[in-house]
Amino acid sequence: MRLLKLVPDNTNIGFVRLRHWAFGLTALLTVLACAAVGVKGLNMGVDFVGGLMIEAKFPKPAELDKVRGTVDRLGVGEGSLQQFGDPNTVSIRLPLPASNDEGATNAVVKKVQTAIAAENPGVTFPRYDTVSGKVSGELIQTGVLAVMLAVIGIAIFSWLRYEWQFGVSTFVAIMHDVLMTLGFFAITQLEFDLNIVAAVLTIVGYSINDKMVIDDRIRENMRKYRQMDMRGLIDLSVNETLPRTVMTSVTVMLALAALLIWGGHVLRGFTSAMMLGIVVGTYSSIYVSSSLLISLGLKPQAMDKTAKKAPGKMSGAERVGPKN
Amino acid sequence: MLDFPRWKIWTICLSLALGVLLAIPSLMPESTAARIGLGGMPRINLGLDLSGGSHLLLEADTADVARQRIALMEEQVRTELNRGNPRIAIGDISTQNGRLSFFVRQPAQVDGAVERLRTLTQPVGVTGDRDWNVAVVDSTRIVVTPTESGLANAVNSAMEVATEVVRKRIDELGTREPTIIRQGAERIVVQVPGLQDPAALKALLGKTAKLEFKLVDVTADPAEVAQGRAPAGSQVLPYPTGTGGVIAVQRRAIINGDQLTDAKQGYDQQTNEPVVIITFNSEGGRRFARVTQENAGKPFAIILDNSVISAPNINEPILGGSARISGSFTVASANELAIALRSGKLPVALKVIEERTVGPQLGADSIRAGAIASIIAAVAVMVFMLLTYGRFGFYSDLAVTINIFVILGVMALLNATLTLPGIAGFVLTIGTAVDANVLINERIREERRRGRGVAQAVELGYKEASRTIFEANVTHAIAGLIMLVLGSGPVKGFAVVLLLGIATSVFTAVVFTRMMVAIWLRRNRPSEIHI
Repeated sequence: MRLLKLVPDNTNIGFVRLRHWAFGLTALLTVLACAAVGVKGLNMGVDFVGGLMIEAKFPKPAELDKVRGTVDRLGVGEGSLQQFGDPNTVSIRLPLPASNDEGATNAVVKKVQTAIAAENPGVTFPRYDTVSGKVSGELIQTGVLAVMLAVIGIAIFSWLRYEWQFGVSTFVAIMHDVLMTLGFFAITQLEFDLNIVAAVLTIVGYSINDKMVIDDRIRENMRKYRQMDMRGLIDLSVNETLPRTVMTSVTVMLALAALLIWGGHVLRGFTSAMMLGIVVGTYSSIYVSSSLLISLGLKPQAMDKTAKKAPGKMSGAERVGPKN
Repeated sequence: MLDFPRWKIWTICLSLALGVLLAIPSLMPESTAARIGLGGMPRINLGLDLSGGSHLLLEADTADVARQRIALMEEQVRTELNRGNPRIAIGDISTQNGRLSFFVRQPAQVDGAVERLRTLTQPVGVTGDRDWNVAVVDSTRIVVTPTESGLANAVNSAMEVATEVVRKRIDELGTREPTIIRQGAERIVVQVPGLQDPAALKALLGKTAKLEFKLVDVTADPAEVAQGRAPAGSQVLPYPTGTGGVIAVQRRAIINGDQLTDAKQGYDQQTNEPVVIITFNSEGGRRFARVTQENAGKPFAIILDNSVISAPNINEPILGGSARISGSFTVASANELAIALRSGKLPVALKVIEERTVGPQLGADSIRAGAIASIIAAVAVMVFMLLTYGRFGFYSDLAVTINIFVILGVMALLNATLTLPGIAGFVLTIGTAVDANVLINERIREERRRGRGVAQAVELGYKEASRTIFEANVTHAIAGLIMLVLGSGPVKGFAVVLLLGIATSVFTAVVFTRMMVAIWLRRNRPSEIHI
C-alpha cells in the first residue's frame, strides 16, 4: 500500500526569500485587525459587559423583527437580538434592571419569556445568564490577564531555553495570532465571551507548540551546521519540519471540523475562533517567528556561547551519531 | 530501544488498563453501572451546562457586616460604661463615617473609660492587631474605629455561617447534589443540577430571615407615623408589606428568631389559609407567654427582615410555646418562609451577582452533540493517521484510543467536572494527541531517507523527537495552567481536560507506541519499514 504524503520528500521552499513580502502582508493584516477592533469593536457577551441573556429556541426559523418588536414593547431596556448557531435559535440580550433586587432580574426574564411564548407557541428557553457589572468587570480583567500572562510566560520560557531572539520572535508571533483572532471577532461580530478567551488561550498554546518544534529544529541545525548561512539554515529547518507542521494542522483541523459541524451551536463561535487560530498560528510559525530570527541578528555561533554558559542544560540536546 | 524489559511492559499495560477501567462506569448510565456492580466506582461529574441546572454566584454585603458591627459595638459600649462600676456617663454618641464616637462627661473618667473599652476588643490573627482601635481625641472624645483585620475577620466568620445557612436551605428544598463552595473572601458559589425553578432558589437565598416579634406602639400618633416619625423607643416599619403603608412598633423585640426550634408550613383551621407554625425553645416560650399575658388585647407585630408580615391582636396569652404566622401566604411562599426560618438567620445579606441557568434539554443535546463530534473527530484523525503512516499510524491510533479512555478515567478518578468547553478540549486533544506521533514518525522517515538502518532510524526518531515533544508540551501546558489558575467556570473546565490530555497523550504517544514498535521490531526484525 502506498502511504499518503502531504509534503513530498526533499521539499525546499525558499521561505526566507519571501520574508519581506510576508512581513509586509503580516503588518498590513495586523493593522487591519487592530483597526477592525478599534472601529467596529468586539461584540462582547454578557460575560464581559454584564446584563442578561436569554436564549430562545423557536419551532421554526425565527422572525427577528417580530421578536424584536415584542421585546421592545415590554419597556425593559434596549434589547439586542442575534441568531445563534441555527436560524431557530435567537439570543436576546438586555441590560440588567436598574434596581439591584434579585426579584427584578427574574421578573424581566419572566416577562420576556411570557411575551415571546404568547406570540410564538412552542418556543422554549433552554438557558439564560445574568451577570452583574461587577462580575463582568472582573471577568474581563482576569481574561486579559490570563492571555497576557500566557504570552509572557511562554516568551520567557523560550528565551531561557534558547536565545533571546527566540523569545522576542515567539512573543511577536503570538501577539500577531491573538490580534488576528480579535480582528476576526470584530469583523464577524460573533459574540465574544468567556469561551472565546479559552479559545484564544488554546490558540496561544497550539501556536507555541508549533513554534517550539521549528525553533527546536533550528537550534539543532545551528549546532550541526556551524558555518551555514542563517537564511539557508532557517529554510532548511522549516522545510524539514514542514511535513509535521502540515500533518498536525490537518489532524487538528479534522477534529475541529467535526466539532464545528456536529458539536452543537453553543460551541460554534469557540470552534471557528480556533480554526482560524490554527491557520494563523501555522502561518506565523513559518513566516513571522522563524524569519524574524534573521532580522533579529541570530548567528549560528550563538549556540556555542550558550553551550559554554550552561553545559548541563544543553548536554541532553547534543546530537549523537555521525555527521552528514 | 529494542530491549524493553518485561516488567516495563507490564507496568505500562497495567497502568493503561487501569485508566481504561476507570473510564467505563462514566460511559454508562448510573443505573446500569450500579446493576453490574460498578456503582461505587468514581464517575465524571457533568457540569451544569451538560446536566442542566443553575449556577449562582452570591456576594455578601460587607457594608452590612460593618454596619451591624458598629451597632453591636454601640450597644456594648453603652452597657459596659453604664453598668460597670463606677458608672461612666457619656453623651453625643455618633456612628457616622463607619466609626463610633462619643464624649465622656467627666474628664477624669476618660482613662478609665478607655481601659474598660479595651476589654471589649479582641486580638485578631497572629499579627497582634486588635479588631477595634480605641483612641482619645480632644481630651474627652473617644473614637472607636474598626480595624481592617477586624472587619475581615468578622466577614470571614459571617461567611462561614452564611455558607452553612445556604447549605441548609438548599438541602431543605430537596434538590439533588447541590454544590456550595465559598469563593474568595466574600462570595459563595451555588450550583444546583437539574433545578426547574431557579427563581424560588434565589428568593430563598435572598432572604435574611431575621424574625422578630415586637409590640405595636398603640400610643403613636397615626399622622406622625405616616410622616415616618415615631415616639422615642419606637420605630416605623412598612406594613402591610409592599403596599407603602407603615406601622409604629416598639424598638425592643419581645423575642426573635434565635429562640426558634422549628418552623413548618401548616393551615389555619378556620380559614384554611396557609400559615407558618413556629415553635420556640423553653426560654423563648416562657418569655412569649409572659409578654402575651401582660399585653392581652393589644396588637403585636411579626417582623421579617425589617418589614411587618402581620400584626394580629393578642386574643389570649400564648402559653404553648408555639405561634402561627399568617398573612396572605400561598402554600409555596409559606413553605419558603418556613425553610428560611428553620435554617436560621443569614448573618449577612447575600446578593446574586451572577446566574447561569441551563435547561435539561439543552444539556442533553450538548452531550449528544459532543459525543458525536468526539467520535467523528477520533475516527477521522485515526483514518488519516493510518493512511499516512501505515503500521506506525495504527500504533498511534491504538494510542489515541487508549488515551481517550485514560483521560476519562483520570477525570473520574479526580472527580473532575466535564463541561461543554471540556468536550471541546477533549476533541482538540484528539487532534493534537497524534502530534507527538507525527513528530516521531516524520523523524523516522527522515532518518531512513538519510540512509540509516531500520532499528537505528526508529531509535533516533524516538530519541530526537522526545526532546521536541517535551519542549512543545511544556509550553502548551503553561497556557493550560494559566487557564486553570485564572479561569473561571467554562475556561477552567476546558483547562482541566487540556492539561490531562497533554499529560496522558505524551505518555501514550511516546511510551506506549514505543513499546509496541519495539515488540514488533524484536519479533520480526524487518529490513524495510513502510512509513
